Parts: sequence; C-alpha cells; structure tokens
Amino acid sequence: MIDVLIIGGGNAALCAALMAREAGASVMLLEASPKVWRGGNSQHTRNLRCMHDAPQDVLIDAYPEEEYWQDLLKVTGGITDEKLARIAIRASSTCRDWMRSHGVHFQPPLSGALHVARTNAFFMGGGKALVNAYFRSAERLGVEIRYNTQVTDIELKDGKFIAAHIGAHEVDGQAVAAQRIEARACVLAAGGFESNREWLREAWGQNERGEWPSDNFLIRGTRFNTGILLRRMLDHGADGIGDPTQAHMVAIDARAPLYDGGICTRIDCVSLGVVVNRDGERFYDEGEDFWPKRYAIWGRLVAGQPGQQAYSIIDQQAIGRFMPPVFPGTRANTLEDLARQLQLPQAAFVKTVEDYNQACHVGTFDHTALDDCHTRGLTPAKTHWARPLVQPPFYAYPLKPGVTFTYLGLATDETAAVHFNGEPSPNLFVAGEMMAGNVLGKGYTAGIGMAIGTAFGRIAGVQAAASVGYGPSSTISESRHATV
Amino acid sequence: MQLFDPKASGELIPVLNLDETEVQRQLAICNSCRYCEGFCAVFPAMTRRLEFGQADIHYLANLCHNCGACLHACQYAAPHEFAINIPKAMAKVRLDTYAEYAWPKALGTLYQRNGLTLAVATAAGLTLFLCLMLLVMGNLFTAMPGGNFYGIFPHNTLALMFGPVFGFAVLALTLGVRRFWRDVSPASASLGLKTSAALEATSSVARLKYLDGGHGEGCNNSDDAFTLWRRRFHHLTFYGFLLCFAATGVATLYHFVLHWSAPYPVFSLPVMLGIVGGLGLLVGPAGLLWLNLRRHPDQGDEQQKPMDRGFIALLLLISASGLALLALRETSGLGLALAIHLGLVMAFFLTMPYSKFAHGIFRSAALLKYAIEKRQPNPINAASD
Repeated sequence: MIDVLIIGGGNAALCAALMAREAGASVMLLEASPKVWRGGNSQHTRNLRCMHDAPQDVLIDAYPEEEYWQDLLKVTGGITDEKLARIAIRASSTCRDWMRSHGVHFQPPLSGALHVARTNAFFMGGGKALVNAYFRSAERLGVEIRYNTQVTDIELKDGKFIAAHIGAHEVDGQAVAAQRIEARACVLAAGGFESNREWLREAWGQNERGEWPSDNFLIRGTRFNTGILLRRMLDHGADGIGDPTQAHMVAIDARAPLYDGGICTRIDCVSLGVVVNRDGERFYDEGEDFWPKRYAIWGRLVAGQPGQQAYSIIDQQAIGRFMPPVFPGTRANTLEDLARQLQLPQAAFVKTVEDYNQACHVGTFDHTALDDCHTRGLTPAKTHWARPLVQPPFYAYPLKPGVTFTYLGLATDETAAVHFNGEPSPNLFVAGEMMAGNVLGKGYTAGIGMAIGTAFGRIAGVQAAASVGYGPSSTISESRHATV
Repeated sequence: MQLFDPKASGELIPVLNLDETEVQRQLAICNSCRYCEGFCAVFPAMTRRLEFGQADIHYLANLCHNCGACLHACQYAAPHEFAINIPKAMAKVRLDTYAEYAWPKALGTLYQRNGLTLAVATAAGLTLFLCLMLLVMGNLFTAMPGGNFYGIFPHNTLALMFGPVFGFAVLALTLGVRRFWRDVSPASASLGLKTSAALEATSSVARLKYLDGGHGEGCNNSDDAFTLWRRRFHHLTFYGFLLCFAATGVATLYHFVLHWSAPYPVFSLPVMLGIVGGLGLLVGPAGLLWLNLRRHPDQGDEQQKPMDRGFIALLLLISASGLALLALRETSGLGLALAIHLGLVMAFFLTMPYSKFAHGIFRSAALLKYAIEKRQPNPINAASD
C-alpha cells in the first residue's frame, strides 16, 4: 500500500509530495487535470512573499516578521489565525534553499513590479516553471504521478483516511473505470471551488436586479478547481472555515477567457482615468490609492454594478504610464463616439466625464506618488491623479470581475491536520487553497498564497510521512515546522 | 474573440505579413505578462516597447535564440486559447527576414526550400570536382607522392575558384545585414556607448550567453528540463569552424608569404588547427543533429528542419571528408577524397548567404542592437502594475 497519497497537483501538493518522499515514504500524487494543464492556480503565480532580516539574493533590504504580520493583519482585517500566520511567515524566510534544491530559480522583480522588490522573490519564468521543476524533481525521486485523475470522494473511518475514490471517467475518449486507492496517509491539496459555476451561483445568490452576479464572473485561474473534494469533505463533517462569498477578485478585461486568464488580463489604468458602469456613471474613487493596493477591491465593486460590467476610460495623457493591457482599448476621438462604440447612454456618459473634468483640481501630476490632483465637489470623489480627460484619442477598456481563488476551506492547525468536531485526524492533512482561509480570511497581498501553500504543503508532507512512521513524530513543535 | 483573428488585425496594419502579425499578437500578450523576462534578451527588449512595428518584430525575431525556455514556462501556451509559442512565431519571421534581406534579393527565394537548395548545391559541387578530377587525372583513384594534392589541382587554380565564391558570399552577407541594420534603425549613440555595447555583444556571441537559460543550467530541448548540451555542441561547431578557417588562413600565409607549399606535415600549425577544428566540426554538428532529432515538436518551426538539418549535415560531411582526406592523402584514395571534400566546401561557400549560416550574422547584429539600446534610457515609464 502507498504510504502517502497526495490529492492535487499545484504548489502545495508538490511541496507535500516532495517532503513526504524525502522523509522516506512512498508517495503517489493524483492530479485532476491532464498533464498540459497541470499545476492548478500555481501555474499562474509569479512570486513568494518572503520574510527576511537582511538582503537575500534577489531580495533587497529587510522585511521582518513583524512587518509581514502587520501587513497580513491589515489586509485580512483581523480575520486570520496569528499562530498559523506566523508559521507561514517564518517558513517563508527559510524555504527558498529547499525550493532551489528542487530546481526552482529566482530572479529580480519584473519590470513594472518594483514595488514588491523588497518583499517578494520572483520565480524565473513564473509559476509554471516552478511547477515544472517540482514535477521533474518528484519524478526523479520516484513519486508516482497520475494525471486525469479527479478524486470524487474520500473514504473515512472515525476521522481516519482509508481510501480515495475516483469515479468512472473518460480520458481522450477512452473509458476509465472507477477506482479506489488506499493509502496509509493522505494530503488534500486540490484547491478551492472558483471554477464551480453552480457553487458560485449558490454562494453569490441573486441580487436586487434579479441578476445572478456570479454568472458574469471570469475565472483567472485553473478550470479544474471545481471544489468537488472540498464539498465532499464538508459533507463528511470536516470542520470548515471561511465565507463562501470571499474570494480574491480583481477587475479584469471583460474580453478575457472564461478560465486561465492569469496575470495578463488585468487593467492597470483605472487610477489614471475614470471608471463608469453601463449606465455611464462613476461609482467609486478611482484614485483612492496606488493601483497595486486597490485592484483587489475593484472586482467586488464591479460585481456590484448592473450587469457586472464597467469601463475604464483614459485619454492620451495616460498612454505609456501603465502596464500595457493584453487587448487593445476601444479608441475614439470624441467622448460621444466612445459612448457610441461602447453602447453606453451617450448623454449620461458625456455628462459624467464633463462633470468630472470640471471638478478636477490639478496640482502637480505624478503617477508614481499619491499626488495632489483631486476633484472638488464631486461624488464619488477622485482623490489622486485627477486630471481632466481632454486629450484625444480616448480609450476604453471593458471590465468584469475576475476570480483568482476562493477562501472557503477546511479548518486546520499547526500540524496541517484535517479536523472533525475539533479533533485532528491522525492521517489526513490539508494544504494550499483548501486551507489558506485559516490564515487569509479575506483580502490579499501579493505572494501570500504561495507562502501559505509552500509552508503548509511542506508541513503536511512531513506530518503525513511522520504519521506512517517516517521522520519526526506528529507532536513536532511549531518552531521546528518553520525551519523544516 | 475577434481579437485573436490574425487576419483582423492584419487589416489594420497592412504592412505586416501573417508571420509578423502573429508575432505582434503574441508580444501584446507577453508584454502584459512578462514572466519570462529573466530567460533571455527578447523580453527585456520587448518591455521597452508598447507597440511592435515591422522593424521591432524583425529585430526581436533575430534576437530570439529559439532556446525554448519561454514556451515550456508559458501559462498561455496551447492548449490555452492564447496559443502563445514565441520560439515558433519568431522562427517563422526569422526565416522571412533571411529571405527578405538576402542579396541579391531574388536569391532569397532559395530559403523557401532550403533543404533542396543545399542538396542541389552539394550535388553541383561534387559533380564539378569529380568531373574535374576525371578530366585532369583520368580516374578518381590517384595517389600523389607525399600526398601532394596540389599536384592534382594547383594552388592557384583552387584560389581562383574558391576566392571569388567566398568573396561573393562575404559581400552578399554584408549587404544583407547592412540593410537589416538600417531597418531596425538603432538610435544614435556615443562612441563610448557603442564600444562597450560591441564588447558585450561579442561576448554574448562568443559565449552563446542566451542558451544558458538565464540561470546557467541551459536551454530546453526535448522537454521542460534544461540542458547545456545544445550550447556545448554549438560551441564545438562554431569554434571548430573558426579553427578550420584559421587553418586555411595560416596555410595561405605559408604559401604566399613564406613560399612554403602544402602538403604540410601532421604536426605543422595548419594541419593541427585543421585536425582540432575538424574534430570539433565533427562532434559539434553530430551532437546538434542528435539534439535536433529529439527536439520538442512545438519548439521552433517544424518546417525549417530541412534547412537546419541540411546545414548541419553539410558541416558534418565537410569535416568528415576533410579528416578522411588527411588520413588517405598518402594512398590512392587521395583523388576521390580530395574531389569530395572540395565539392562539399564549394557547396558550403556557394550557399553561405542563402543558408542557415546567415543566422549567426543576423543574430550578432540583433545582439549588438540590444546591447546598445539597453544602455539607453527606457522610453516607457509604466510606474507599476
């Protein structure tokens, strides 16, 4: 019988598989996707938020534990577990040598991402390169990997993992019979449910306009995160954590693909212009703060608008001052023409822009600082970078909410154990998005998902191996986790 | 989405051909992602631009070394609907540029069926020298005392045959790359900047910097694993070629300056250079061919494999026949070995401006442009993402 069964194929699953295998356990990893789509949401990631007390290779200055913790506290509004958060934070300061030993390369921050040069270590080539490196290492170490293998149920006995069930399915037109795979321990790292349209609909419900807002959500990540395993575990009575409507949600280009749009679909010019809804009206302060600090609230803002759509409008003055968007903008020489092309109510749209233009109080424009250009007597106000939109051509980019991942997960502790009625399972563990909600109840800060996934993936792997007699016992202390 | 229909955007910018339009489409996606910035020079060069005109596309296509790293790391590679494959898109444009910048332009069409071009040139070269051998000696199996092949074809005859062909090849390549350089129009720069840029470009060429993967573990070949063997075999080929060239150069000096005629003893400088270079030119292309046969089918342009393999095979045959000539020069095999070697070398020189050989010239020019522009201020000021 296999010692440790890993369910999932992203960063956390791979970290768990590698650690369990390094501890001496035999390991099998089940990835729901075919090989070409392997890696879950990790294939779209690009960096790891790292604690460090002094400059480290690609990281400049210092990012001490306390500052990291305060950042996390701020973005989550306190919906976090300090003990688990600090485990993840401390682990992020020491895990990179281990990552490198499995073929991950780091590089200085990408152009356009200098604001995280101090805090985040970038993967050379991005998350898919990391996933490739981990899979190669896992194969070399003898981890058995099965693709196209979606686990549909978990067999438990008194909170103990017995076997994973894989329903009958088809692969490339070939029928594959249902299977039952037994193992002595198991790690669940199969992601959230963001690609489960029905579950999203259930969570978001119907709004006062009779719309089902989630029907208009695009999914920035993998199409394979359908939450089947998460739902089964909750049905089996595993302790859950988090709110199903909490998700990392960004305003992205409405023309993005339904799944796997990843990083490039973001629209970075919001703070340089105005955003209107389909009625041609503004609805929020576009210049509240730097865009990297605000982009994650705009997903929800757009989700609250009629039809879950909006348009970011800029003029020629903004060109070259933001990361180039993936799709060309709608271009027009007059506001009227722009409204016509966007099929917005022309009079309302032109009035919105003209009211805004008149309210602009231009000081010294500086898109690299919180400048003194703001509106006066306008609701909602624009508090920075407020310059009249007067220089044609005008450009518009359509926005829709884009879900990166969901926060609903399984409750856990410092051993990454799945809990039933507050009691830890002796041989069932959880890592990655399926438990990130313990640390990140809401909000987000760049690179934190990979930090949690790496820390708890590695802990889950060590604990799973230990639970079947490889390596240290499962009563391992917290401090030892952080330095494994 | 309509946006991904290459024909649609082609209507907007009619000057681009389909291959160039495809590069333009892909770079718009890459430029908003940028995950691959650490691999090579192409992506840092890309981030200095918001739009990609024909000159930018030609420049970036020739800057791309087809290392494959960005394809295997790409979250948008097929089966993703964005279907990003930069190595392939760049390879297609690169071939177009070789043809377009060929001089005289009409001969650029030789790139369309380049495997055939090389085969015909090889056949012609072999036929020529085999016939000449029969004409001069009456048979193909002629031994000469002391392996004196100038006894068959006098030195000046060979110089008169190869000199003009080589001279033409150099002229054609020079005129081609000059037009390329003018089109990609590097901004004016100070002499000091140009000097340090030239040093860096030379180093990038000599070390094959951009086959190191950005992390030193090498490029990709058959899968997502990295290998240094493509770089090593290319080094053997490149430096083997240079040593063979040096052997010929030294022998020419011996002949005209020292009036010391071939054949030279084995332990003389020209022969030693030729042996070492020949061995490099034997092992290098053999390795490149072996790797090429195992190359991941998505890397680069499958349709260019006849050109690549034909060129590699010609180099391999030249070194093998050259070493065979050395081994057989004291026997009756001399005549045949000499005719074959000279025929192959002639084919190589004839096709130099119209074969894979051109890649080194155009890539060096692109590397020089890159070294110059990276020393200049970035025209784009995108504050953050």
